Amino acid sequence: MATSGNLIQVKDLVKTFESRIHALDHVSLAINQGDVVVIVGPSGSGKSTFLRSLNLLEEPTSGEVIFEGVNIAGKRVNIDVHRQKMGMVFQHFNLFPHLTILQNMTLAPMKVKKIPQKEAEEKALALLDRVGLRDRAEAYPIQLSGGQKQRVAIVRALCMEPEVMLFDEPTSALDPEMVGEVLEVMKSLAREGMTMVVVTHEMGFAREVATRVIFMDSGKIVEENPPEEFFQNPQSERLKDFLAKVL
Amino acid sequence: MVLHFEKMLQYAPYFQRGMLYTILLSACTVAIGFVLALAVALIRISKPGKSLLSRGCNKALHFITGLYIEVVRGTPMLVQVMIVYYVLFHPKLLPKPQFTLFGFITGDLFVPALVAISLNSGAYVAEIVRAGIQGVDYGQTEACRSLGMTKLQNMRYIVLPQAIKNILPAIANEFVTIIKESSVCSVIGVQELMKNTQQVQGASFLPAEPLLIAAALYLCMTVPTSKIIAYFERRMRRGDQR
Repeated sequence: MATSGNLIQVKDLVKTFESRIHALDHVSLAINQGDVVVIVGPSGSGKSTFLRSLNLLEEPTSGEVIFEGVNIAGKRVNIDVHRQKMGMVFQHFNLFPHLTILQNMTLAPMKVKKIPQKEAEEKALALLDRVGLRDRAEAYPIQLSGGQKQRVAIVRALCMEPEVMLFDEPTSALDPEMVGEVLEVMKSLAREGMTMVVVTHEMGFAREVATRVIFMDSGKIVEENPPEEFFQNPQSERLKDFLAKVL
Repeated sequence: MVLHFEKMLQYAPYFQRGMLYTILLSACTVAIGFVLALAVALIRISKPGKSLLSRGCNKALHFITGLYIEVVRGTPMLVQVMIVYYVLFHPKLLPKPQFTLFGFITGDLFVPALVAISLNSGAYVAEIVRAGIQGVDYGQTEACRSLGMTKLQNMRYIVLPQAIKNILPAIANEFVTIIKESSVCSVIGVQELMKNTQQVQGASFLPAEPLLIAAALYLCMTVPTSKIIAYFERRMRRGDQR
């Protein structure tokens, strides 16, 4: 649970696209070390945009993203240095199809952190072992099932030893029977105290492991509460309406 | 009509040298043209930075590369070769390099020919490379950058390997085209296969035989080229097999 200080502090974040007025409408949020923040909301509510702004895959129009004391949304920031510490898992896995699973995992540690190949491979294999995929190390991504791909994507990010893990609808592109295996990995990460920000439609996951659940609608944070409170006692009409539809 | 191929035997050294010239010219063109194409393609997909200077440079470079591609694709290669030889390498503008390779390849003809067809090939390949890079799913770049890799590392390790795999058939086609089109350089006197063939026609007073031999020799160069590239293509497809 939340212990020492803010890891990420988002201040007054605004993102405007040409087509839509406000994808993010002055959003502020503090994320503490060890937090598991789950963000839910209808599609188009800005939750993915918000998540992608945290590691600057989406460049905010204005506002600050303070990560480990540095405003990484500011000018003259070498974003690559900060991204090393922010792992990200995507809806469509985005494994590198021309590299084996092992190469997928060791590329960034070797090229960015200059870790020797042997060391990087040992670490990668240990992580693969953890998600039960050690025997697929030499396979190519296309040879894996969706659930396996997503588990690899998670451990690929873990290879960089991030301070926080960002999940952008990690189970939305999976066949239903594969959702469980991915959520299991995420739960075990949460139990170990990894700081996580998760955009998802899996209400069960939110209920079980979130320290806080956030409801976003039209670019704003509408409600923010611990899961019990969030699900049992929703305040706003929009959240009540949303929960009635998804639960 | 009776063909007298036996009379061609004494001219074998002409064909041999012509073929070697064509191979060397094409191989150098492929290398230089590809590097040029890569540079042009990267400029054409580059996005401007935030500063005014960066935006200005970006716009200028986009304009220059766009113009280059339009000009090369919109004019005959025959004209391009002659312009490079007679205008660009005009004694008052650029001196013709003086060197000799293997005793029969002279720099004063080889270099202008190389420049002309490299410029030509570079424009066509640039568009192929650009399409290839843009064809790689943007999620690949996002995943790579999210791991902390730089733009350059993303290009080198993630985007280009996938792009090149996708455009290999088109590139192979272009390489074969270079071998054939290099024959155009015979008009400025470059002693490649076609020029030597014409000389054999003149010396032997036989019009048909040298041409038939030349056609066969071109095939001997183009068919293996496409086969070799097909082999690499299969090797690179490893990641696609279940």
